[in-house]
Amino acid sequence: MIVFDRVEKRFGGRTVVGPLTFEVVEGQFVALLGGSGSGKTTTLKMINGLVTPDEGIVSVEGAVVGAGPLAPLRRRIGYVFQEVGLLPHMTVAENIALGPRLARWDRTRTQARTAELLELTALPSEVGSRLPAALSGGQRQRVGVARALAAGPRLMLMDEPFGALDPITRDTLGRDYRALHDRLGLTTVMVTHDVTEALLLADRILVLGEGKILADGTPRAVMHAKDDARVSALMATPVDQARRLEALAGRPADG
Amino acid sequence: MDDQWAAAWRLLPGYLSQHVLLSVVALGLGFAVSLPLAVVASRSQAVRWPSLFIASLIQTIPSLALLALFYPLLLALTMLSRRVFGVGFSALGFLPSVMALTLYSMLPILRNGVAGIRGVDPAAVEAAQGMGMTGLQRLFWVELPLAAPVIMAGARTAAVWTIGAATLATPVGQTSLGNYIFLGLQTENWVFVLFGCFASAGLALAADQLLGLIESGLAARSRLRICSGALGLALGTVAALSPLAGGHGVAGYRIGAKNFSEQYILAELMGLRLDAAGLHASVKEDLGSATAYRALAASEIDAYVDYSGTLWANVLGRRDNPGREAVLRDLTAILDRRDHVRVLGSLGFENAYVLVMKEKRARELRISSIADLEARAPELRLGSDLEFLSRPEWTDLRRAYGLRFRSSTAYQPTFMYRALEDGQVDVISAFSSDGRIASEHLMVLSDPRRALPPYDAVILISPRRAKDARLIGALSPLVGAISVQMMREANYSVDRPGDALTPTAAARALDARIERK
Repeated sequence: MIVFDRVEKRFGGRTVVGPLTFEVVEGQFVALLGGSGSGKTTTLKMINGLVTPDEGIVSVEGAVVGAGPLAPLRRRIGYVFQEVGLLPHMTVAENIALGPRLARWDRTRTQARTAELLELTALPSEVGSRLPAALSGGQRQRVGVARALAAGPRLMLMDEPFGALDPITRDTLGRDYRALHDRLGLTTVMVTHDVTEALLLADRILVLGEGKILADGTPRAVMHAKDDARVSALMATPVDQARRLEALAGRPADG
Repeated sequence: MDDQWAAAWRLLPGYLSQHVLLSVVALGLGFAVSLPLAVVASRSQAVRWPSLFIASLIQTIPSLALLALFYPLLLALTMLSRRVFGVGFSALGFLPSVMALTLYSMLPILRNGVAGIRGVDPAAVEAAQGMGMTGLQRLFWVELPLAAPVIMAGARTAAVWTIGAATLATPVGQTSLGNYIFLGLQTENWVFVLFGCFASAGLALAADQLLGLIESGLAARSRLRICSGALGLALGTVAALSPLAGGHGVAGYRIGAKNFSEQYILAELMGLRLDAAGLHASVKEDLGSATAYRALAASEIDAYVDYSGTLWANVLGRRDNPGREAVLRDLTAILDRRDHVRVLGSLGFENAYVLVMKEKRARELRISSIADLEARAPELRLGSDLEFLSRPEWTDLRRAYGLRFRSSTAYQPTFMYRALEDGQVDVISAFSSDGRIASEHLMVLSDPRRALPPYDAVILISPRRAKDARLIGALSPLVGAISVQMMREANYSVDRPGDALTPTAAARALDARIERK
């Protein structure tokens, strides 16, 4: 689905990403995990051409990114990010319909699709006629997901999609999205700095540090990886938290 | 007083329609140029700084000067176009006014446009890019709608500025609400001045409120407010422009007038004569002294009255004074040969530059001629009109008599007489046909060395109409028909405080006196 071949990106002479070589196969849910400055967002944005690599080749579904016009490629890829970026002068339904509008769908088909997506993302149908400003943070992020899915992409790119939400909403949304990913047969690449989120949602985790891959594997494999000290340090907190939570859950209530 | 209000109201449809037409066209052009420029400037730093800098620079030019500067520029262009393509266009009136006001309206729209587009939430822009909008889709679906309230606020500022500055189009020959102000200032008709101020302020205020309604509608996404604001603007514009729709079938004769009472009266008088001959005439008021001749030579206007000495010095650049008859004769021959301008003849009176003092003060100082001034001038203060001190006549006069005044101050003629009355100045430069000279115990100083050339009032005809028998036939009876006394009285009837006549009424009275002779 996605191939990175010796990809490098430099900002002001400093290499921030790469050289990076990896492949994402269809149906995978990949988490790009790392702290700030690890190059995870830059890596994600090279997939839909928001960032252009200085070296190497990125290809999506066999086509080299940047070889043709970017707009048609981006219309085939869903894109969700932390600030959501809902257009404040359009209603929720109009925001969701943007993808279909760009793909020149007719009105009936677009309307049916909008209703379908509100349902799919567990939003009440009356939300459709409201402006984004009238929604809660969680609802807004659901609209962001619905909008990204509207034109029926097979690949979804997400940049800290649930980062601005409270922990409970975040967990619910994460799990709801994972269910959608499975049900719709999507391929998803999600950027996150939240180790627990990556461990619980993804099939595969790429741990990035200073633009290079530090670890690559299933959540279980990455969690128990011992070859890189930085990865072990990253995993220490959730492993420790899991133990403490397990201990708490195992002890019967007082009294 | 009631007469003046009534006269002001009668003129309103004509002035307002011209003012609105000028403002709407200038604002429309300003918007059409500034908005695309703002879009490019918001994307490119290389365009942004120069364009904002130039727009700011234009704003620092006084609006009256900006309007005036377009005339020589357009005149040069029309000469060139006439030579190259055989057709010219009018360098006077609407065109220079629209161009200057368009430039003037650009800064607020450009500045707010750039600020508005650059101020759009980066998340919205990233979302637009990420979902695969093209540059134009992003502009029209995201950036312009989100920047619209800010852009509208800029358009609002531009509208208020443009409507205000449009009053200054009057001196370049474009009728506007400024005609009330310039005419009123000249003839001390404060009713007209006030009327003009209120009318243009009211117009600016109305436009501001309606655009404000659209702006708040855009900000609150209220379609009702946007539509009612737009509808109000459209209806107001159509209503104001309606007088332009009728009665403009034939291109008439255009008569020019410089910016003082005598010129208004004589232009109206020529207008009356043309009307009586069944010719359609319109008067272009408030042309600058040099502008008027150039406009005539370019056939922008068809006829106006100028003064032999003015033409002798300013148009022919002559410094000598061969005497009244010789000046008139040579002028007629040279203007015809050089510019194909026809000097129809002298009206019969002179409007010369003269130096004037209060009679009492002159007697105290034992001054009766300009020669007497030579010794006294260092203690005396000179008041002049806005032109005199920079005219060659003043240079000649100073040289001939060695005049060196303690101070010299330029005034609007009306205020110059006030300054003399109040004792703020001792000597003024006046016109010999000015009615106020006879009325206010003033003394005209004689010019024994003939330093000042003669100033016979002459009718000039444009090259295009030089052989127009109907025009010549209608105006010829005025040659030799007006004595200096008749002209002074006519001028005074317009300039006197209190119960002043309008120039049109004064022209009718003068016309009646000529007929009786």
